[in-house]
Amino acid sequence: MSSSTYIAPTDHAKAADKFMEDEERVNWHDKALWFIREKRDVASKQLPEWELLRETASQIKLNVLGNLDAYLEQFEQNAKQNGITVHWAADAAEHNRIVLDIIQKHGIQKLVKSKSMLTEECHLNDYLADNGIDVVDTDLGERVVQLAQEPPSHIVLPCIHKRKEEVGELFHKHLGTEKGASDPAYLTEAARQHLREKFLTSDLAITGVNFAIAETGGFVVCTNEGNADMGAHLAKVHIACMGIEKIIPKAENLSVFLRLLARSATGQPITTYSSHFHRPRPDQEMHIVLVDNGRSIQLGRKDFYNSLKCIRCGACINTCPVYRRSGGHSYHYAISGPIGAILAPNMDMKKNADLPFASTLCGSCTNVCPVKIDIHNQLYQWRQVLAKEGYVPSSKTQGMKVMASVLSNPTMFRMAGKSGRFMMRLAPGLANIKAVNPWAKQRDMPEAPKESFREWYIKNKKKS
Amino acid sequence: MSSRESILKQVKANKPAAAPLPGALRFPPLPAAECLEKYVRIAEAVGTVVMRVDDLSAIGAYLKKHYESPERVLNTVKGVGFGQELSGPIEDGHTLSNLEMAVVQGTLAVAENGAVWVSEEHLPIRVLPFITEHLMLVVSEKDVVNNMHEAYARLDVSAPGFGAFISGPSRTADIEQSLVIGAHGPKRAHVFLVK
Repeated sequence: MSSSTYIAPTDHAKAADKFMEDEERVNWHDKALWFIREKRDVASKQLPEWELLRETASQIKLNVLGNLDAYLEQFEQNAKQNGITVHWAADAAEHNRIVLDIIQKHGIQKLVKSKSMLTEECHLNDYLADNGIDVVDTDLGERVVQLAQEPPSHIVLPCIHKRKEEVGELFHKHLGTEKGASDPAYLTEAARQHLREKFLTSDLAITGVNFAIAETGGFVVCTNEGNADMGAHLAKVHIACMGIEKIIPKAENLSVFLRLLARSATGQPITTYSSHFHRPRPDQEMHIVLVDNGRSIQLGRKDFYNSLKCIRCGACINTCPVYRRSGGHSYHYAISGPIGAILAPNMDMKKNADLPFASTLCGSCTNVCPVKIDIHNQLYQWRQVLAKEGYVPSSKTQGMKVMASVLSNPTMFRMAGKSGRFMMRLAPGLANIKAVNPWAKQRDMPEAPKESFREWYIKNKKKS
Repeated sequence: MSSRESILKQVKANKPAAAPLPGALRFPPLPAAECLEKYVRIAEAVGTVVMRVDDLSAIGAYLKKHYESPERVLNTVKGVGFGQELSGPIEDGHTLSNLEMAVVQGTLAVAENGAVWVSEEHLPIRVLPFITEHLMLVVSEKDVVNNMHEAYARLDVSAPGFGAFISGPSRTADIEQSLVIGAHGPKRAHVFLVK
């Protein structure tokens, strides 16, 4: 593909423009996320050993990635011994087929599902709906976006982009709550009653997996709402879906990860529930689907395999100045924000070429990451790869070429500076027209000085 | 080639160089009195009502005083003396949909996060501590540990088929970051620390 003809099919910047049309909402969204970031700061500062925990977690995950095949086999063997059926899926399509097969084998028409970013990545809900299965998301935020027919905009807070009045409107329409009611406690109680009926009448539950333990063949699911437990313990069949990178070697490693996860995510010392599943109930069937879907390719990218250490806490998202002001949906990938922007190009460089550019490279994501992924470096590295592969829009590459030639030639640089200053003094309004100068889109241009620093320096050096 | 084989083959071919697994972290132990004080402070901060009692019968006396009817109360801890005592397993969790209160034995409690380890070994059915509207956990004072490292060192989490760290009542902040207690699990949680 030639770089001059490439135009991104979807574009973060354009979607962000749309999000930013409502300035009041952007400011509210920005503050809501910063509030969570601050809670994370308070929680982490209470542990003097915080940095040791981060370093240890990062090293455990590095050990996992370097031995992933052996740990996967060990996990499979132990899980089978525990009476769990283990499935392997090379990609999203195979994952979805496996899940549907289990559902159909039991003649089930409806099921409850707790949060799983993997199933979002695989678009499982759409696939099951197309096959006539009624899927009910049971995490409150996920239920809200499901009723709104939207994807989650944040991996931990799926409906962080919605105002309570909008949730009230949705619940009025779908759950019959009072018109105009928007009190979060009232709406949560309505969802509790609505979903309790679903828990009590569903024979099958799908959950995600936060950690799977190679040594013991069990897995851990973390929630605050208790929805994964309500679903799994009442259902005859429990299917847990996980990416292959969710493996950890030993149960004792959980001490490190559970200390980091909730503190990084929401500033809580631990999620309300950290549920350890090792064997099905006597009257229950338990399945685990191990999904690759591009992970083994990412594992081979030396600049990017560290991204597979991610424990999906969302800290990088909450702190990101670009995410906070552009909203999760402008990332057009299941996982939004900085971490999504380094995972998405691995899945589809062409479709996600814009995402690594949705960053100021300020490095805040890297600073808060509990497993020390060098997120901002990877964003920068992806830009190099994408440009080399020809996935960067021509406006960007051409502009860079012009800039490179100007900056590498002192005469041209001086000429450009002089004419720029002249033009800005002559017609200051011109530089502030957004269509002519994209730099001025959200900025006012400064007043142009009469002379450059170089001119001033030459003049003053002569004087002294 | 099956997907299992192809995934394992590709992982093996692409994985980075092996790095050592760090050993378990250990921190100096906290004196028992400080540990208990820390537990109470943090458990209360996450919405748990903590009661320190001399013995199990004191729990029964407390419950009698605060809850009129023992009818919809399921008590799985012998010696508490309130509600319907139960020692055997429950066949079907759906029958508990109307349960007001469950009294359940916890194995240990963790000071740093207010959590209590509750496992199948002490449960007549897995769904019990989640489906009940009000969860009463009973933990011995000597079983309060400082942090998660100490907790995992003491527990064999794979011995029961199911176990969970439970910290406070269920909650959500999904609507505009407003904390609401009582999502899908219990709306209230007590921990009784027994001397």
